[in-house]
Amino acid sequence: MSQESIDLSRRPQLGGGFRLQWEPAQNCHVLLYPEGMVKLNQSAGEILTRCNAERSIADIVSDLEQAFQASGLSDEVVAFLNLAKEQKWVSWS
Amino acid sequence: MGELVMSEADVSTVPTLSPPLWLLAELTYRCPLHCVFCYNPVDFARHTDELSTDEWLRVLREGRAMGAVQCGFSGGEPLLRDDLEVLVAEARQLGYYTNLITSGIGLTETRAARLKAAGLDHIQLSFQDSTREINDLVTRTTTFGLKQQVAQIIESNGWPMVINVVIHRLNIEHIGRIIEMAADLGAEYLELANTQYYSWAHVNRDQLLPTREQLIRAEEETDRWRAKLGDKMRIFFVSPDYHEAKPKKCMNGWGNVFLTVTPDGTALPCHTARMLPGLTFPNVKDMNLKEIWFDSEGFNHYRGTGWMKEPCASCDDKEKDLGGCRCQAFLLSQDPDAADPVCPKSPHHQIVQDIVAGADSRAASGGDAAAPWGTEQNVHPLVFRGPKESLGLLSKP
Repeated sequence: MSQESIDLSRRPQLGGGFRLQWEPAQNCHVLLYPEGMVKLNQSAGEILTRCNAERSIADIVSDLEQAFQASGLSDEVVAFLNLAKEQKWVSWS
Repeated sequence: MGELVMSEADVSTVPTLSPPLWLLAELTYRCPLHCVFCYNPVDFARHTDELSTDEWLRVLREGRAMGAVQCGFSGGEPLLRDDLEVLVAEARQLGYYTNLITSGIGLTETRAARLKAAGLDHIQLSFQDSTREINDLVTRTTTFGLKQQVAQIIESNGWPMVINVVIHRLNIEHIGRIIEMAADLGAEYLELANTQYYSWAHVNRDQLLPTREQLIRAEEETDRWRAKLGDKMRIFFVSPDYHEAKPKKCMNGWGNVFLTVTPDGTALPCHTARMLPGLTFPNVKDMNLKEIWFDSEGFNHYRGTGWMKEPCASCDDKEKDLGGCRCQAFLLSQDPDAADPVCPKSPHHQIVQDIVAGADSRAASGGDAAAPWGTEQNVHPLVFRGPKESLGLLSKP
């Protein structure tokens, strides 16, 4: 799927069976799933914590841009969400 | 039980000793099944003590305080513990991802609802075969229909459907039908775990070891189904060490990721490590998990590469495979410090080649490789896992 084809009004949520939490021992967000774990870097953690089925991708981008006083994050967020969807970490209808 | 995998990037680059990520709670050795490939120790009947509910709760808290994130409840059959729901609830509340590793026997609608309420995240359901005949034969039970019902209970509770099937010579020819069955049951993940030869599987190795040709065909069939099913179901095909000729980084490194607690409270770096001679492992009744993990002789003994002898000590791959599996080295060469004999560089590698060649030649002389046991010459009858058989094997190595 090319990045242009993503509809920014989609509302991503964590995939079934996945759980996201902050781990003090790892000092990062982790994504837990049956018998496994993915350690997330800061930006991945910040994106996934905002995937609550209510915020649209556009909302997530503007929320992040506001929180980190940045602009032009759209491409990075979309690229990550594409990857996350492939891995089934997130889904949207 | 399946192979417990963490993605490699999580653990391989950590320079200092990290806390365990996985706590495997083997709640009981009791089991309604009698599987011929069970990985419980062959002398399990000698270890009948079980930790109390309060002792398990303390173990869960200590593990989580150290930073463990995955908690597996296994056995034996963990559903035989009446306090399973209490333990799951505590584990979930502590922040573990909770995994129940079960044959499904005893998972009624009522029990499933209670486990769901307790917050259980995932159930790994084992199947033995796609046919009633082989399922019932290798487990010495009549449980085939029951497992189909249990799969429906799991699905209706919204748990991810994760199915594990141990593959061996008696079911390897059915692998296509096994995959089809899992797909029909709505599995998201299917693990086709070729038998590894420890414990009861080691006792029954001659009947269980597939031929090279069977293994190649099974992998080809698996690839065909992968292509057909796409990303609807992910299939993990775990090759048997004997045929791979490549030592594995067993348990992702000794005392690196996994901490197993056996029913009586013995803490182990892997669930079969108790067989190794000359090592003592601490009990959670005597020591807290932190001391056990960081300070005990049993956990430190095979950490890293300092314990190695040749050919491992000077091998370029020693960090990659850490010398392979200690239990396999001991079972095949009687030396727990030796290179894993599945490695072609091992001075004992011929033993593995002979074992694999033996499976091939028995198939050639016996005709049908999937012939029922007892019809082959020079092979003892299958030994079913059970207390009586366990005590009977105690006099043997």
